[in-house]
Amino acid sequence: MQQILDRDEEVAAQADSSDCFVRFIDVQKSYDGVELVVKGFNLDVRHGEFVTLLGPSGSGKTTCLMMMAGFETPTHGQILLKGEPINDLPPHKRGIGMVFQNYALFPHMTVAENLAFPLEVRHLSKDEIQRKVDRALAMVRLEDFGARRPAQLSGGQQQRVALARALVFEPDLVLMDEPLGALDKNLREEMQYEIKRIHASLGVTMIYVTHDQTEALTMSDRIAVFNDGVVQQLATPDTLYEAPENAFVASFIGENNRLLGEVVERQGERCQVRLDSGETVTATPVACGEVGTRTTLSLRPERVAIFDHSRQDELDNCFRGEVLEVIYLGDHLRTRLRVCGNDDFILKTPNAKGHSALKPGQGVEVGWSWRDCRALDA
Amino acid sequence: MSESPAAPLRTADGVPLKVSLRRAVRRSKIKALLLVAPLLTFLIIAFVMPLFEMLWRSVDNPEVSTHLSRTVAALEGWNGESLPDETTFAALAEDLREGQQARNLGLLSSRLNYEKSGMRSTISRTARRIGTLEPPYREALIEVNDTWGELDTWKLIQRETSPYTMSYYLAAIDRQLSPDGEIITVPEHMQIHATLFWRTLWMSAVITGLTLLLGYPVAFLLASLPARHSNLLMILVLLPFWTSLLVRTTTWIAILQSQGVLNDVMVALGIIADEARWQMIHNKMGTIIAMTHILLPFMILPLYSVMKTIPPSYMRAARSLGGKPFLSFRRVYFPLTIPGIAAGGILVFILSIGYYITPALVGGQSGRFITNYIAYHMQTSLNWGLAAAIASILLFVVIICYLVFNRLIGVDKVKLG
Amino acid sequence: MKTLKTYRVIKGTGLAVAGISALAMAVGAQAATLNIVSWGGAYSMSQHEAYDKPWMEKTGDEIVNIDRSGNALAGLRAQSQAGNVTWDLVDMLPADAMIACAEGLIEPLEHDELLADAPDGTPASEDFVEGGLGDCFVASIVYSNIVAFNSDMFPADEQPSTIEDVFDLENYPGKRALLRKPINNMEWALIADGVERDEVYAMLETEEGVQRAFAKLDTIKDEVIWWEEGAQPPQLLADQEVAFASAYNGRIFNAMVTEDQPFEILWDAQVFELDGWVVPTGKLDKVKDYLHFATDTQRLADQAQYISYGPARLSSSELVSTHAETGIEMTPHMPTHEPNFATALQKDDLFWADYNDELTQRFNAWLSQ
Repeated sequence: MQQILDRDEEVAAQADSSDCFVRFIDVQKSYDGVELVVKGFNLDVRHGEFVTLLGPSGSGKTTCLMMMAGFETPTHGQILLKGEPINDLPPHKRGIGMVFQNYALFPHMTVAENLAFPLEVRHLSKDEIQRKVDRALAMVRLEDFGARRPAQLSGGQQQRVALARALVFEPDLVLMDEPLGALDKNLREEMQYEIKRIHASLGVTMIYVTHDQTEALTMSDRIAVFNDGVVQQLATPDTLYEAPENAFVASFIGENNRLLGEVVERQGERCQVRLDSGETVTATPVACGEVGTRTTLSLRPERVAIFDHSRQDELDNCFRGEVLEVIYLGDHLRTRLRVCGNDDFILKTPNAKGHSALKPGQGVEVGWSWRDCRALDA
Repeated sequence: MSESPAAPLRTADGVPLKVSLRRAVRRSKIKALLLVAPLLTFLIIAFVMPLFEMLWRSVDNPEVSTHLSRTVAALEGWNGESLPDETTFAALAEDLREGQQARNLGLLSSRLNYEKSGMRSTISRTARRIGTLEPPYREALIEVNDTWGELDTWKLIQRETSPYTMSYYLAAIDRQLSPDGEIITVPEHMQIHATLFWRTLWMSAVITGLTLLLGYPVAFLLASLPARHSNLLMILVLLPFWTSLLVRTTTWIAILQSQGVLNDVMVALGIIADEARWQMIHNKMGTIIAMTHILLPFMILPLYSVMKTIPPSYMRAARSLGGKPFLSFRRVYFPLTIPGIAAGGILVFILSIGYYITPALVGGQSGRFITNYIAYHMQTSLNWGLAAAIASILLFVVIICYLVFNRLIGVDKVKLG
Repeated sequence: MKTLKTYRVIKGTGLAVAGISALAMAVGAQAATLNIVSWGGAYSMSQHEAYDKPWMEKTGDEIVNIDRSGNALAGLRAQSQAGNVTWDLVDMLPADAMIACAEGLIEPLEHDELLADAPDGTPASEDFVEGGLGDCFVASIVYSNIVAFNSDMFPADEQPSTIEDVFDLENYPGKRALLRKPINNMEWALIADGVERDEVYAMLETEEGVQRAFAKLDTIKDEVIWWEEGAQPPQLLADQEVAFASAYNGRIFNAMVTEDQPFEILWDAQVFELDGWVVPTGKLDKVKDYLHFATDTQRLADQAQYISYGPARLSSSELVSTHAETGIEMTPHMPTHEPNFATALQKDDLFWADYNDELTQRFNAWLSQ
């Protein structure tokens, strides 16, 4: 894990340099002149990187993608591709492959004709087109489907054709707008690996838009979490999960116990927070203000433990709670507790051998380390 | 399929499954039938029956066999080489005498006059003097009117004894039967219908083309603008629908006539001289302009309904794959709108060949359609058989258009918004 | 009636006629209501003033005017075939009356029995102009198809005077407005080409005569604006769009007198024609009193106060007085006035009954060449 983190820091350092592949500089977008859909978007994407724009619907992520593809014009700011500004470049001159949410396969053309389209408009020779189409079909394992129409394919097959078409003309950059949204869960997971495999084998740069955090975490080198037109955090998947920088990211990525309170003391890398229910918790100050400001404490459920004297040093926060509900989930148990006045305090425990199940109504002592408890914005 | 007749499937209470199913379905069938019954009745009375009436009328030929029944009987076996014998003339005299008393020779004389000008007065003059005639009738009748002494007159009567005739259809395409029963083209100075059919067809084609040219971009805008703008545009498109046809047509007269708004403006701007005002109405141009305007919505709506179903992502995909705007349009968007073009085209074309008021008002002489002659034969010449024959040919053309369309595109693709 | 029964009854055909007659029926459902069909416009007004008003005052009947004479024959046929005749009295041309009579659509009339004697006791059968009484027809007016011109468009010393001048583009340039039908135009063409008046129709029965007429019309074809509505010619003349226009003499009179237009009528080769009443089959009892009243000597003379059409009764001529509105003497404006009548031609209804279909088709073909 540590190794990956190191590599990512390196990547981030490189992206800061001026020769990064895609660059959004202070990009703003407004459709009606009243409201900004995208508010000052900055992003640097390195060559060969897989970056995901993640966020709830209406957060501005798709708009950013459309500005990248050239279908929308930024109201302010600049977009650079390979160091060149492309604000005024029409879409067909950008050479960017794109996979659309509904695939946008041309229904009046066969699969092979769909794939040949970008090659024909580039005036490639017939033989070369044939060769590239065959290769692209082989890449997505649809060798025998060239003569079919899109309507004769299943959803997963259509998805692969769309992917093949976006790649067949060998673009340096591929944009994907929720490409797996229409697929069922199993197919979606299969396609995630497929895309990942193709990305790895071709080394192409990909910008991927989704609202599905699992998808984002599975596939991306880096993720930009969007909310309300602003990037909340741009980081590697593990950093996002382990070290969310604000309450939105913490709650959007993964499960999260929230405790509200006020900072009463800050000392170095620790702080003391008095919860609204009266208890005082030691936490890591991340995005909280000075003493006296309100804060949200974020705590991952799997980092909470049932109090055990052998780990007393580690669990420097320790409170009594009451079991409200226990849900059996096979590999782990999910227990809902009332702790510090919070009725939704979740405790995730691995289904280890000899582990005794808790019963609703039972009292229990739980604890966690100050390192795992992050004091974020209110 | 697998059930044998010996052991049909039965419901729990022992009724055969088929019987039970039929019983269950019957009620909903009756309900459906009752719901459509008023419209069905209306259509049968107001559409299907008149249609067959028209088809019937275009071949119906009862006049001679009804009003000259004796003559017809006497003519049986006549060789057609010399004038019929006295018996036939006597039969004719008797028929005319009866007809004169019953005062019902009018339709007969009109019918024969269509085939041979002069027969109307021949019959009415003869009938008026029939009371004074004495045998031998052959000489007496020829004395009254020498038309009865012409071989062609008798050939005509013999030919028209059949209760059905093709002569209306022949007349509708500028053909006629010669006295000897051959189909010949009418003299050039009498040819009018074939010219009008062709004119109707090609002008309708031009109008269809123009509505497509003007309507396609509008439909595209309608389909791609956000709803609040497209609603306004849609109202503008539909506005002509809410204005009376006559008002729209007369407005065009006011605009296009030689002392009209457009000419005045051009004269005022010095584009044309006052003496050289353009003749834009009461000719083909007037018909084409006014009808293009009137029929435009019928092109826009089917186009719009098809374009609306084409997601914008197709064009975006084509652009992102490297297609220049026009190429992307031609290769991707345009092929997808073909069902709409075909639906709008067939609709405008069929409506256009049936148009009648507008060509009559702004078409002058050269911008008239065949439909204006149907009206003329219905209302003025009162040759309803010919009107029915022309209308039936027009119906036939429409059916052909429909079949071609259905074969190429499929009627289920036609949507109107 | 046997004939009509052999035709199946039309129900709901596309004929507008049926709808309009149904409407007329609804309007005229009461017993003392007369549905009278006429031509509309100034002509109907003159009938209304001269006949209807006094009649309504006298009897209390209600009179509904229906402007359908333009398609009267088609209307009668449709009503008769639908078995529902709603018209009580129809104003129509004698040529149409002849056809309708032969088809049994209208009643044969016993003229002396039905119509009023002249004031001096002359029986009706001797008091009408020639051709005024048909088997099923009673004339009420003599009107005339004439060519008129706008006197402003010619120098004062070079005003046209004969029908030949209409075909003389060299000396009398300008557009001509003519009726878009062969009737009148064929006759004028032949007369202008030198054919004697009494030979015109015999000539037109021959192919040579027809060709000669079309050849003459060819000489002015490019300068002709064809009209179809009676209101068009006075308008075209007034706008100076045309120099000459064929027209009904009453319309031109109206424009000259009430609108003060500088029009002149070429009485030369006027084609005069009658117009009058027919009674749809089965309606005689209902309308015979009105018919008796509306065709008497005084009523026909009265009508001439409102429109310059000559009364069809000889005994009315002496009673023709002055124009009701302007007070000018009406006699000189009548087609039957002696100087006007010198070169008049009577329209041959029998000829047109036989040849109208054929010549109209030929005329239309000629027009579209």
